Amino acid sequence: MKETILVEHLEKVFYSQNDMEIIALTDMNLRVPENEFLCILGPSGCGKSTLLRIIAGLEKASSGRVFYNGREHTKPCREIGMVFQSYSLMPWLNVLDNIALGLEFAGVSKPERMAIAREYLDMIGMSNFGKAFPYELSGGMQQRVAIARALANNPDVLLMDEPFGALDAYTRIIMQKELLRIWEQRKKTIIFVTHSVDEAVYLADRIILMSGNPGRIKKEIAITIPRVRERSNPRYGELTSELLALLEGA
Amino acid sequence: MQKTFNKLILSLILPALLLIVWQLSAWQAQNATVLPTIGRVLENFIHATDNFIGLGSIPRNIGVSLIRVLSGYTVGVLIAVPLGVLMGYSKTIQQIFETFVNIFRPIPPLAWQPLALAIFGMASIATLFNMPFGQQYVFWGNFKIAMVFLIGMGSFFPVVANVMFGVQSVRQTLIDSARVLGASEKDIFFKILIPAAAPSIINGLRVGLAIGWACLVGAEMLPGSVAGVGYLITHAYELARTDLVITGMICIGGVGALLDSIFRIIANKYFSWESKTR
Repeated sequence: MKETILVEHLEKVFYSQNDMEIIALTDMNLRVPENEFLCILGPSGCGKSTLLRIIAGLEKASSGRVFYNGREHTKPCREIGMVFQSYSLMPWLNVLDNIALGLEFAGVSKPERMAIAREYLDMIGMSNFGKAFPYELSGGMQQRVAIARALANNPDVLLMDEPFGALDAYTRIIMQKELLRIWEQRKKTIIFVTHSVDEAVYLADRIILMSGNPGRIKKEIAITIPRVRERSNPRYGELTSELLALLEGA
Repeated sequence: MQKTFNKLILSLILPALLLIVWQLSAWQAQNATVLPTIGRVLENFIHATDNFIGLGSIPRNIGVSLIRVLSGYTVGVLIAVPLGVLMGYSKTIQQIFETFVNIFRPIPPLAWQPLALAIFGMASIATLFNMPFGQQYVFWGNFKIAMVFLIGMGSFFPVVANVMFGVQSVRQTLIDSARVLGASEKDIFFKILIPAAAPSIINGLRVGLAIGWACLVGAEMLPGSVAGVGYLITHAYELARTDLVITGMICIGGVGALLDSIFRIIANKYFSWESKTR
């Protein structure tokens, strides 16, 4: 199958203040086929966010390469969108202007980008909040807007860095459902970073389990439970326990 | 309504107390040169349009001072804002300028007085624009380059520091978000950094104007000045007219507070997002 994102022998080394070498990632190899929902699961500090930032082009790899549709990718671009954990909306712009921001950068005319922004505003079920400012929204609503903003750019790939990590458990479950609905509507390749086993099992086609010090891939598991997945499904429980056990050993 | 009223009462307690202490002390002192009564000073305001000690009316003096401060301030700000933005934006530019700025910053603007006088002499806006001699020339002759320089120096540093800080403290997530949305470097600069730093920039402009205005008396002590609230104070002091000194002080305080509230209104109106964003 054709891969959208290909990561080859990626390595990332940081230097601490006293010049200590910290290996964040070592020999990472990743192949993400078109329209796959991939979850990267791992404990805090295992380098999963760093990996995502390198794929996005926000950080440089120390060695190794990232390919997007066969071409080497080093700088952020419109085709690869990203959703951050929290507080990524421009606080001085209202919801519509935030959603339209990427289109504004692309030089889309104001009426046209507003029309597109409205469409995505409706999609996230916030039609009445177009003129609201980020500080007037709950954390869940802010994340919905952030997702809409990333999607309005119509990216090919969506990178999500613990996008629901700051939300309460209930909102989180709703957002997961919502995200799957959107993903099924407009097929995208999604790389979703999380440290929640449940979230990964609920969402992913495939889970990459990472371990830290230095960050590397520990295991790869395909999730074949049909969607919409029921948490009461015995297979769901088995997978969750298996992953939790692996994570403990990570 | 009740709330606004309470707020007003609370904010008036200390000024009222000050007035009482002032009046009691004035009665005690029985010496208008040491401390005139409130009535004496009030009289100056009632007759504000009179010609005081040959320096003209109070509004005229305030007007002259305002033009001086605003011209110095404008020059200071026009250099400070772009420099501050660039220093906040680029580490290299910051390293080039920071030490330089830090050496000059602690020098009080008044310490520049002798140098300013030596460098700029009696040059004024009138001589700068080569105005023909006449009424215009006399008016614009009031605005000596040396004064504009001193006030500009006073406003410059707080503006640079605030603007730089504002640009530097823009959250990295906002910049990263813009980049992954396809922002060019120009977009980042004009559509992210500047609006995100706008509240700090406005705050810098506010502090800068307050300091520029506070430099007034010092700037107007320069020779060649024959008008302005600062000069009024200096001259009234020489004539032992303490009531006029206090009148001038009240004018400076009042106008300063007024200018400040203009900035506060702008900040509240356009940048309320800042205080409400966590």
